[in-house]
Amino acid sequence: MNILFKIIRYQIHDISRSKWLLFYTLFFFLITYGLISFSNDQSKVILSLLNVALIIIPLVSIIFGTVYLYNNKDYIVLILSQPIKRKILYLGLYLGLVIPLAFSFVIGTLIPLIILGKNIPVQIMLILFLFAAGLFQTSIFVSISFLIATWNENKILGLGLSIFTWLLFSVLYDGLLLLMINIFQNYPLEKALIGFSVFNPVDLARILVILKLDVAALMGYTGAVFQKFFNTNFGIVVSFLFLIGWTVIPLMIGKRKFSKKDF
Amino acid sequence: MLNQNGIKHYLKWSFCFLSEGLTKRRTVLLFIIGFLISCGVNFSKPLLVGSNHNFKTIQSALSSAKDGDTIFVYSGVYVENTILVNKAVKIIGINRPILSGDNKHEIMKIKSDNVLVRGFLFRDTGLNFIYDNAAIKLDSVKYCTIEENKFINNFFGIYLSRASNCIVINNELEAFQTKETYSGNGIHLWQCREMTIKNNKIKGHRDGIYFEFVKRSEIEGNSSQSNLRYGLHFMFSDSCRYYNNYFTKNGAGVAVMFTKNVDMSNNIFEYNWGGAAYGLLLKDISDSKILRNQFIKNTCAIYFEGCNRVTTLENNFLENGTAIRLMANSMDNLFTKNNFIGNSFDVNTNSTKSYNTFESNYWSEYKGYDLNKDGIGDIPFRPVKLFSFIIEQNRPALILMRSLFVDILNVAENIFPSLTPKTLMDSKPKMTKYL
Repeated sequence: MNILFKIIRYQIHDISRSKWLLFYTLFFFLITYGLISFSNDQSKVILSLLNVALIIIPLVSIIFGTVYLYNNKDYIVLILSQPIKRKILYLGLYLGLVIPLAFSFVIGTLIPLIILGKNIPVQIMLILFLFAAGLFQTSIFVSISFLIATWNENKILGLGLSIFTWLLFSVLYDGLLLLMINIFQNYPLEKALIGFSVFNPVDLARILVILKLDVAALMGYTGAVFQKFFNTNFGIVVSFLFLIGWTVIPLMIGKRKFSKKDF
Repeated sequence: MLNQNGIKHYLKWSFCFLSEGLTKRRTVLLFIIGFLISCGVNFSKPLLVGSNHNFKTIQSALSSAKDGDTIFVYSGVYVENTILVNKAVKIIGINRPILSGDNKHEIMKIKSDNVLVRGFLFRDTGLNFIYDNAAIKLDSVKYCTIEENKFINNFFGIYLSRASNCIVINNELEAFQTKETYSGNGIHLWQCREMTIKNNKIKGHRDGIYFEFVKRSEIEGNSSQSNLRYGLHFMFSDSCRYYNNYFTKNGAGVAVMFTKNVDMSNNIFEYNWGGAAYGLLLKDISDSKILRNQFIKNTCAIYFEGCNRVTTLENNFLENGTAIRLMANSMDNLFTKNNFIGNSFDVNTNSTKSYNTFESNYWSEYKGYDLNKDGIGDIPFRPVKLFSFIIEQNRPALILMRSLFVDILNVAENIFPSLTPKTLMDSKPKMTKYL
């Protein structure tokens, strides 16, 4: 444990000096600041922020994570010559990246919200949800990126796979769902769709959000089925379990690969 | 209690005397005598009902009353059989006496013209599906007034059939049923003419206000909320107006059907939630006006089915699920100078053609520019998104709402429209919202 913390501390220290992290923080700061200053309706601001969180965070996390692991190969090899368990090193590297990324998202968004935000207590649930979604997207996509980078030695292939994975979860998966909905439109698909949506972390977070915001548009049978699942304690617990699963499972597989890898 | 005709008559006479050159004192004397005579018709003593008064029940007072009498009812609880009013009397409650139907029968039945009922609390009619128990039922009457009464826990509240020129004003109605089938309407009008329904508050009935086969009537300043079905249910009622009303949290909003020449203005439609809830449902409406209304947070603000030549002018649509759902069988409708702000979908339609006109509206979704600074966007706005078109045919696709994929599809469709109606667009979108 002591070693784990040491590695995390070193990593955070290292990454904090990176310009990219500063840009990342600044990006969220400017987006939030701009949205709040130009819009009167704060719930719409949070909605836009959630959209940003669901597109930008996965993209940045997955690319940053892949590049980070490739760039640190020399360092990893060096550390591995020390009496340190590979498992601990992998976790240290992972947390050492996730914590600063998550931190810069939270700081970048929270500061403008506190300075300029109106009636925050009313929307506290939405804001908490925004942060939960952002944190989960960070942890999930860094964990996937580590898996990809450990699996492939070829940097170009690894980076390509990362971008493809992001594209798959953000765009292609929804396209396939729409295709499926269209082909099977004569069948009651609602329950099947709930099943499919939990297998995409981006969709899962998005659906939890639209059920909070666009309830009016979602009324009707479809909305009722989704509400019945996602707005009950059971549904929320299941959704969060899946989000945790999306973090833990790639991390575990990656760790196993990492432990057996011949550097 | 002055008899107006009497006074007119008397004034005419006294002027006659004046012109004949009578002395001033005599004229004054004549004036006084004449005044007494002209009022005398109504000087019969009012009938008093109460535990300390001549009459113990309203029915007994009624049986000894004559047309034009006034009956004062003092506070207390009156449980009588259905009170039958068949004389033109004024029945006035003092300190809000309670008339109870004892959960069995109707409370008051009015069968005479020129009746006034004021200041009572009507309660507990009980359910009866054969007689449609109502707190007050008016049948085939004219010039009646029901004012400042309260109605609690009744099946039907005020039930008017074949009435004309009646006024229902400043009443409060509340019912507590939870099932539509066991609940009656608040103010129910059937086959009426020239009625005025004004400043009433209705809560928890089946339909707040119900209009069927009513002509040339006005509904003004009422508040109808939390009713099980419709806030206002309006059918076959040509040439009626409803304005300054407030409809909120009704099971299915407001329905206006099978009618010509309806004027709907300055109403507020708010928080009508649910799978089958509409701010305003229009079915087979023609030549009507929807003017300066507020539609706030409804599942669907206005639903147009089979509507022709309806003008929708200067309304606000704020944060509704769908602002306007326009079915293919609606034609020649005009939508102009409205504000569409923060709706999940601005316009949905089920057709690739549209014969309706959208012009000079403000759309918060509009992303165009205005180079010549005349306040009108230079490129037209297409309110029907590809995605709204998809969900109109395929509801489960709603699960993809706000997905990046859907945004990309919408942008592509917006640039090269192929599925959404090409003609359904606002060619002069306003850059700033109307105040």
